[in-house]
Parts: sequence; structure tokens; C-alpha cells
Amino acid sequence: MVPLSWYLIFAAALFSIGLFGVLSRRNAVAILLGIELMLNSVNINLAAFWRYGDVFNMTGQVFAIIVFAVAAAEVSVGLALVISVYRRRNTVVADEIDMMKW
Amino acid sequence: MTGEQIAFLVVAIFTLVAGLLVVTTRNLVHAALWLVATLFGVAVTYGLLRANFLAVVQVVVYIGAIAILFIFAVMLTRKDMRDQGPQLNRNWLVGAILAMLTFVGLFFLLQSWNGMSMRAAEIPLKFDVVFELGNALTSPDGYVLPFEIASVLLVAALVGAVYVAFNRK
Repeated sequence: MVPLSWYLIFAAALFSIGLFGVLSRRNAVAILLGIELMLNSVNINLAAFWRYGDVFNMTGQVFAIIVFAVAAAEVSVGLALVISVYRRRNTVVADEIDMMKW
Repeated sequence: MTGEQIAFLVVAIFTLVAGLLVVTTRNLVHAALWLVATLFGVAVTYGLLRANFLAVVQVVVYIGAIAILFIFAVMLTRKDMRDQGPQLNRNWLVGAILAMLTFVGLFFLLQSWNGMSMRAAEIPLKFDVVFELGNALTSPDGYVLPFEIASVLLVAALVGAVYVAFNRK
């Protein structure tokens, strides 16, 4: 039987990798890839707590499914914004998208 | 060490290596393909946790829809695909240190928590997990309201995405 700690440490490592991607990539699409990794690590935590807590209470899995829906919404809006910005400014580098900065 | 632990370690190391490649690969199409590998590893993790429905949804929604959406977005913004200059910004070292600090902080936080050695109860054979999950999602004394709000959010986000990306010329 795998201890709960292994799942939680695995999820923490995946979250940190995603955080690094969000903080240090220049390409806006790559930043969204990092956000996906972070959302996935959260979902691993939710599923692990469902399995190791009360199996008859489905809250963890229900929450994970709602996170799936929110991730799909986030990614569709994010990529639409990136494509819209690319069409107007001809760049997807996050440093150069600074028209709201003065 | 039992077979399940070895399987978990293999899947976890594969997933973490693929995740590292997602955030470090220069070519974004390759990064998106490594994201597919990472998501597949996470799906296997759900399988190890006996969350079979989540594993299937992970493959269908994440790998089948979101990863393909990423690959399309990379191809539509093609000029920057092999970006001239560095792929990491000037502050990447600060980002790496912050990510490491987050991991170390979470690690020690988890060490000091006494629920870590919790054992998973066996799931009874006549307990149908998918049936119970569907029941919880749709019964009025379950989670029908959050479920409906999530679906409204998804529709609103998709309509908004179409509006934002629409070409008015």
C-alpha cells in the first residue's frame, strides 16, 4: 500500500515545477502549460484525500471534476486571449505585451 | 516494497521528468507533447488511487481536448514557435528559487502533519464508485448546485473565448 505522504509529496513537486514554468517562461502559451501542471497537482491531492479519507463521501472526486471544468474554461479563455493578442501585436512574448503598463 | 509502490514510483518519476521537460523544452510543440505525457502519468496516478472515472475523464478532457487545443494555439502563433533569444525571462533564477522554496516549505509542512501515515481503507466490492459519484453530482442533497454553476461557467467561458478570438475584419 502506498502511503498518503508519497502522493502529497509527488503533487507538491509537480506544483513546484508548474510554478517554475509560470514564473520563468517568456512565451504566454508556455505560461498556460505551467498553470495546467499546477491544476493537475491539485487534482492529485483531491483524489488522494478522497481515497485515504472517507471513501463513502464523494466530495473529493466531485471537487476534482469541478476543477476539470474550471481548467477547461481557463485554458479556452487564455488561449483565445493569446491568439487575439498575437493577431494585434504579432507577439506572444509576455514581456512585450505591456500596453496596459505605463 | 510492494508492487503497487514500485508502480507508483515509476509513474511519479516519469511524470515529474515529463513535467520538467514541459517547462524547460525550447520547442513549444515538444513542450505540449511532453504535457500529454505528464497528463497521462497523472491519469495512471488516478488509476492507482482507484478513481477510475477521473482517470478516464483525464484522458478524454485533458489529453483529448486541452492538450490538442494547446498544440493548435502553438501552431496559430507560429512565428514565435522557436522563439528567437532565450525561452526563459531574466528572472528565471528567482522563479527557480521560489519554486524550490515552495516545494521545501510544503515538504516540511507535510512532515509536521500527523495524518501522513494514514492507510487507505479497502473499497467494498459492492460499493460502486462511479454510481456514487454520479449520485453525488446530481442529487439535490449532494452537489447539484455547484455542478450546474460549473457548467454555466464553462458555457460562459467558451462563449467569451469565441468572442475574444473572433476576427472582426
